[in-house]
Amino acid sequence: MSLLDVSGLSVRFGNTEAVSDVSFTLQRGERFGIIGESGSGKTLTALAVTGLLPDGAAMGGAITLDGAPQPQQERAMARLRGKRIGMVFQEPMTALNPLMRVTDQIEEAIRLNEARGAPEIEVPNLLHEVGLEQRHGDRFPHQLSGGQRQRVMIAMALAGRPDILIADEPTSALDLITQRKVLDLIAAICAQRHMALLFISHDLKAVGALCTRVAVMHRGKLVETGLATSVFSAPKQPYTQKLVAASRFDVLPLSRPPIGDTLLEVDGITRDYRQGGMLFWADKPLRAVDNVHFSIARSECLALVGPSGCGKTTLAKIIAGLDRATSGAVRLGGTTYHGSDLPKSLRRDMSLVFQDPFGSFNPRLTIADSVGEPLRLEPELSSETKRARLVEAVEAVGLDAGMLTRYPHEFSGGQRQRLAIARALVTRPKLVVLDEPVSALDVSVRGEVLSLLARLQADFGLTYLIISHDLDMVRAIADRVLVMEAGRIVEEGKPGDIFARPQHRLTRDLVAARLPEVG
Amino acid sequence: MRRLLSHPSLVIGLAATVIFLVIGLLSLVWTPYPIEQIDIGRRFLEPSAQHWLGTDNLGRDLASLVMSGIWTSFLVATVAVAIGVGVGVPLGLAAAAWGGAVEWLVLRLTDFVFAFPAVIVAILITTLIGPGAVNAIVAIGIFNIPVFARVARGGALSIATLDFVAAGRLAGLGNAMIAYRHLLPNVMSLIIVQGTTQMSLGILAEAGLSYIGLGTQPPATSLGLMLDEAQGVFLIHPWLTLVPGLSIVLIVIAINIAGDGLRDAIDPRLRQGNPNVLA
Amino acid sequence: MAQFRPPTEQASLPPGGRESGWGWFGPNLRMILFTLRRLLGFAVTLLVAALVIFWLLDLLPGDPAQFILGINATPESVARLRGQMGLDAPAHERFIGWVLGMLQGDFGTSYTQRAPVAELIWGRLGVTLPLSIFAMVISMAVGLPLGILAARRRGKALDTIIMVTAQTGVAMPNFWFGMLLTLLFAVTLRWLPPGGFTPWDEDGGAAFRGLILPSLALALPQASILARVMRTALVDVTGQDYIRTARAKGLTMGEAVWRHGVRNALLPVLTILGLQFAYLVAGTIIVENVFYLPGLGRLIYTAISERDLILVRGATIILIVTVTATMLLTDIAYALVDPRLRERSIP
Repeated sequence: MSLLDVSGLSVRFGNTEAVSDVSFTLQRGERFGIIGESGSGKTLTALAVTGLLPDGAAMGGAITLDGAPQPQQERAMARLRGKRIGMVFQEPMTALNPLMRVTDQIEEAIRLNEARGAPEIEVPNLLHEVGLEQRHGDRFPHQLSGGQRQRVMIAMALAGRPDILIADEPTSALDLITQRKVLDLIAAICAQRHMALLFISHDLKAVGALCTRVAVMHRGKLVETGLATSVFSAPKQPYTQKLVAASRFDVLPLSRPPIGDTLLEVDGITRDYRQGGMLFWADKPLRAVDNVHFSIARSECLALVGPSGCGKTTLAKIIAGLDRATSGAVRLGGTTYHGSDLPKSLRRDMSLVFQDPFGSFNPRLTIADSVGEPLRLEPELSSETKRARLVEAVEAVGLDAGMLTRYPHEFSGGQRQRLAIARALVTRPKLVVLDEPVSALDVSVRGEVLSLLARLQADFGLTYLIISHDLDMVRAIADRVLVMEAGRIVEEGKPGDIFARPQHRLTRDLVAARLPEVG
Repeated sequence: MRRLLSHPSLVIGLAATVIFLVIGLLSLVWTPYPIEQIDIGRRFLEPSAQHWLGTDNLGRDLASLVMSGIWTSFLVATVAVAIGVGVGVPLGLAAAAWGGAVEWLVLRLTDFVFAFPAVIVAILITTLIGPGAVNAIVAIGIFNIPVFARVARGGALSIATLDFVAAGRLAGLGNAMIAYRHLLPNVMSLIIVQGTTQMSLGILAEAGLSYIGLGTQPPATSLGLMLDEAQGVFLIHPWLTLVPGLSIVLIVIAINIAGDGLRDAIDPRLRQGNPNVLA
Repeated sequence: MAQFRPPTEQASLPPGGRESGWGWFGPNLRMILFTLRRLLGFAVTLLVAALVIFWLLDLLPGDPAQFILGINATPESVARLRGQMGLDAPAHERFIGWVLGMLQGDFGTSYTQRAPVAELIWGRLGVTLPLSIFAMVISMAVGLPLGILAARRRGKALDTIIMVTAQTGVAMPNFWFGMLLTLLFAVTLRWLPPGGFTPWDEDGGAAFRGLILPSLALALPQASILARVMRTALVDVTGQDYIRTARAKGLTMGEAVWRHGVRNALLPVLTILGLQFAYLVAGTIIVENVFYLPGLGRLIYTAISERDLILVRGATIILIVTVTATMLLTDIAYALVDPRLRERSIP
């Protein structure tokens, strides 16, 4: 008999079916992964298993645990889930009660599962098991980092000594190194406790690293189920094939203009943020960027990689003219600037593509208004020329000029990112700064956007500065890589060299944290 | 627009508000009797065909007084909201767009004005220039300023972190243009909803101020003033307090229902459902 | 200037960072610093408020000395009185004198009532303050549980009943509700006095009975607002991720909301509570009128109509002190409940 048996599961909201006819089984100690993009219904499936579906959701089908159906009574179901099923959610920032110390939150989980041992002994054990120290337990959630919070979540999930651990995108909000550590922790704990794992993610590599058996979910249905090795190496369904291909970042080599002379030079940029303190007494300022030097050549694609909070985004904003350096300077052409004092006449030579395609368009403006906004920097253009530029930019990113009169909410994430790129091109800039250009997109459209960026670079001779934490993406597209830690650049080189022979500790950690390719 | 009108509470509240507003507007051109017409001989009359709601302690027609009072309520509350929006919203947007010292100054200013409830402002103004309807407008308007400043700043701050604002700065927009083009349109719905709340609070405050003699003065009238005039006789003639009091309650309920409906209609959280369960 | 706030999560407290360095003393010291900063703000607000009031009332035409002596007084006697009252000094000296006097409890002497302003106000506060406090207690005792109940029964009949009642309560002017209460309890049922006040030292029970109807009148709209805010806050909190976490631990929805939701939901309610008490004190001024209570309000009306500026000035500053002090206490209470707030820097 299977530990968990889901058969014919469906979840409906009114007339829309979000999950339909999903069936799978989970054996004792097995590690099973569900892969799906946002909106595929994978999270709802996990919530259905734990009886945590939101109000208004109607469930069909059957879910049995050790052959027994889910209890009807809310209290019985709640206690069952506390005892048998542990859950780790995606958002470590909001998943813990902000007003309660970590120890108390773990202790509560222990007390709920009576006769499991004294909390005074269990809590330190659990903290130790998930790699935290006792002093972390005395803190409030906001005093912990994302990775530490996710460890706390795991400790709470383990408190009831469950048979199944359900992890729903547990690492997608974490940076690369932390992600690897948390994944390793989950794997180790599952092996040690002989606990079954139901792992839910959009990330094929994460699933590939953890699970022995996988299912691919698309628009509420399971399209393919099988052993991880066979699904990844020989995907049968077209959708799975597309996902596997997209996870590899195959960017076609294009003939590009040769790398030229220096376009932009960063000379000793430092950025301090004032923090805390009172009128006459200030805390030590936080140094986000610390005396950084580098230069970018014409038509080059330079990547800046590093863990979150290392200062790479701050640096990009200073270069693009959004933030101001505390000291140091940037030289573009013959002009020296320090960030937000970038002269208006030079702003047309520079543009920035943002990470989040949903936040980068004003919902109250038409696409034409938003995409055409940078044309204000070229007041000498006639309105016909401006219109022609708009059409040119939108068509360059593979969209139709007819979309210009529409509003942002009518577009998908991938389309919006294309439009954001169009906005960045509309002034025909020399340098485009790309801040995590694909990390907020679904896996299947990442490849398309990267190919588009490569093609635009070839067509227009653009220079790119790419900010990213994703080594695989960087490897696929960059000519040169800078590695950044705590505001400093710690290593520099060609991607092939750096990833083959990392010198700095951080680079080694980053390379080691890369998950193996699937298939 | 059709989406807005599909919310029943918005439609009902709005319709009721408009009816009261029309009654109030009508009083400007026509009332059954002139409200200044005192006729001691015809005082304390029961409702009848001649006097739909009866007459008060001075023999004035109650229906005419209520119509005129409704107009005063709307006028005072609307102008007070206009003062609050006109001063508060630019302050709040400026705080969000400029930040730094401007934000600090705006926050301290709003804190400071919060320390002056409308009653205190009205007391000070009355001491200065004597009682009158203008006092109520100014006092309530001043009270509204920090409210709108806070709402505009709060909404604008969450907008200001979004990338399209940064994109606007990249396109060379200054703080004022950022506030006008990107922040204002996106906090407008918050301001409208807050506007309905301040509108109903304003009507209540006007009634309170006129009731203690710091607001509207005879021969003009307001619903609060009518309650003040009924104060001496209400134990014997409770009807005189019921009519204006109920009018206040009904207008305020109508506006509040419309405001709640508006909030439901434009609150993105309620519209999209809980995002994290569908991820 | 473009605004970019530093990445707060990493910045505010690096793992193993500031807090462990401060040791046990850390959090407490931070709370003390927070309180000190708020106290400073409190003092500055009061000083500026005093300045505004002083300046406004100083603008007034008319001479208090002339007013006291009447129109038939000789210019010489008026001048003599002006000298005695200190009216000849320059404005800034008079302002400093007024503030320093208040710090020592001397609010000046009312020239119409011929008594120290501090004494007059203190006597009236014996009505106004208990009235505000009773009203606050009643509104919390009624509003908060009803709000929680409505949130827990969201969409059910009980929720609808509570919310319709609250909707009506919010719309009711407190003084008019006071009139209705008088009609019911004092005129029809004859349970309670319709108005007037027996001083506490004469008959405490009678004084208390005199304040029952006024505090009910004040409490109803406040309770309605509290119920609505509490319900909204709790419904908001119910959708939070940590409630789902708590349910995943093995709690039912009800238990999760009770153990984790209510405390979080109280944070927005606390803000409202502070504002409410502040405006309750101001609201007493209006409700006193219905019940003929000798509170601060009546003192102020008399002072206005007799143009007793020293008394108006003293009474308004006392009201502002009450309002500002309440907001200060709310801020501090908020920081005590929410550990995040103590560490956040200004503003």
